Amino acid sequence: MSNPLILYLCLRMVSGVMVMDSLLSPEGDSQRTQYPYVTGTSVIGIKYKDGILMAADMGGSYGSTIRYKSVERLKQVGKHSLLGASGEISDFQEILKYLDELILHDNMWDDGNSLGPKEVHNYLTRVMYNRRNKFDPLWNSLVIGGVKNGQKYLGSVSMIGVHFEDDHVATGFGNHLARPILREEWKEDLSFEEGVKLLEKCMRNLLYRDRSAVNKLQIAKITEEGLTISQPYSLKTFWNFAAFQNPTVGAEGSW
Amino acid sequence: MFEWDSVSTCSFFFFDCLINYNRFSEGMDSIMKDLNSPHSMGTTIIGVTYDGGVILGADSRTSTGLYVANRASDKITQLTDNVYLCRSGSAADSQLVSDYVRHFLHQHTIQLGQPATVKVAANLIRLLSYNNKNMLQAGLIVGGWDKYEGGKIYGVPLGGTIVEQPFAIGGSGSTYLYGFFDQEWKNGMTKDEAEKLVVKAVSLAIARDGASGGVVRTVIINSEGVTRNFYPGDTLPLWHEELPPQNSLLDILSSSSSSAEPMVS
Repeated sequence: MSNPLILYLCLRMVSGVMVMDSLLSPEGDSQRTQYPYVTGTSVIGIKYKDGILMAADMGGSYGSTIRYKSVERLKQVGKHSLLGASGEISDFQEILKYLDELILHDNMWDDGNSLGPKEVHNYLTRVMYNRRNKFDPLWNSLVIGGVKNGQKYLGSVSMIGVHFEDDHVATGFGNHLARPILREEWKEDLSFEEGVKLLEKCMRNLLYRDRSAVNKLQIAKITEEGLTISQPYSLKTFWNFAAFQNPTVGAEGSW
Repeated sequence: MFEWDSVSTCSFFFFDCLINYNRFSEGMDSIMKDLNSPHSMGTTIIGVTYDGGVILGADSRTSTGLYVANRASDKITQLTDNVYLCRSGSAADSQLVSDYVRHFLHQHTIQLGQPATVKVAANLIRLLSYNNKNMLQAGLIVGGWDKYEGGKIYGVPLGGTIVEQPFAIGGSGSTYLYGFFDQEWKNGMTKDEAEKLVVKAVSLAIARDGASGGVVRTVIINSEGVTRNFYPGDTLPLWHEELPPQNSLLDILSSSSSSAEPMVS
């Protein structure tokens, strides 16, 4: 022990060996829950007279940064279904690839039959639940809707495999902000105009109150005839309330 | 070095060391932490499309903790003759991903019999990034030119999402550029306008991001081929609170010997 530096380095070497062990042990196995990086926010879906209407904005958030503003989160699946997704976008892109393969194999049977929204919903539920069981979920909440043989179908699947169908569904913040509006104002056999106005009311509310919402959205309609996804557009917002002009005038320092 | 004339001096010094060990090791620990930190490219990377091709730009700083391991690195790596990649995040991870994809694209080009498209290159990058998302930390921008789609830029951020964009920014320095691009980006720029924009943007990010620095490198890819450009710090504009660089104070003193008072007491 002739030099304090050598003493230090000897002690470091001993603890260093223990550090190396943890570096070499399997930290990088894929059998564990991941973290979402680029995420989409709410999707809302409602049944209306001719089929299903679905709305989603086009934002891709990276934590608190709104990084991408033109992400299409509503996609066609086969002839009869429409899929909307919130959550990790890369996992949504992977789900679309799985569905591509599913639909391709379905077409290859060439038997005149095609998978409808109910079947696609079931397939997605199995995929999501089985991934959850392996502690390696696809970090998405999905809304699947469509019309086949006159039957309207609207369902939802979460990242842990919770699934159900209903007359109106929403993911994420939509559950808290949009569904109460829909519970009050949704009714059987809405017209297309009424449905779009209702969805826009919900989306505007989300725009005010959801931090990760972006004012650029698409509304998709699916009926027996087919599917159309609207071009991206923005909603007007309203800030001209008397109470907003001088909110702290009665109580300086408040908010 | 120390001189030892007696055992008592040794043991006394030894004892003294142990008492001071904590403070001593704190200093050594932060240095050791820097030297053992993963090489990371706190970076600024940019890819923009223009009328006829794409321009990729990046800074040149690679850091291990607080130490700048390489002040002139090249973060724009070649995948094929017509497709290049901007790398950010962990230096090791992004280098390995680019090496694998270069290898696969080489095979693909041989099988296809013609140059690979930018879309194929970007999707290979996505495959590796997505399937190894738990282990990789690489934010990548793929840019190139092919005869089918012309100039294209694809962003592949952490997680393995693939996003086709008219322009893309990435790395730690990009946080300072969102507002800049929101204001300055225009569709259908010329090659010179686009390159000026890229150089200005990278240099603005370098001014504010401690993890970005060094020189600005650009790569221009279009139907005619690939051009590499190099902009050292002294060719870049000066921003707020930055002063023109001098050789020495002595030059300032000698040049203003008659007029103002440079040495104020």
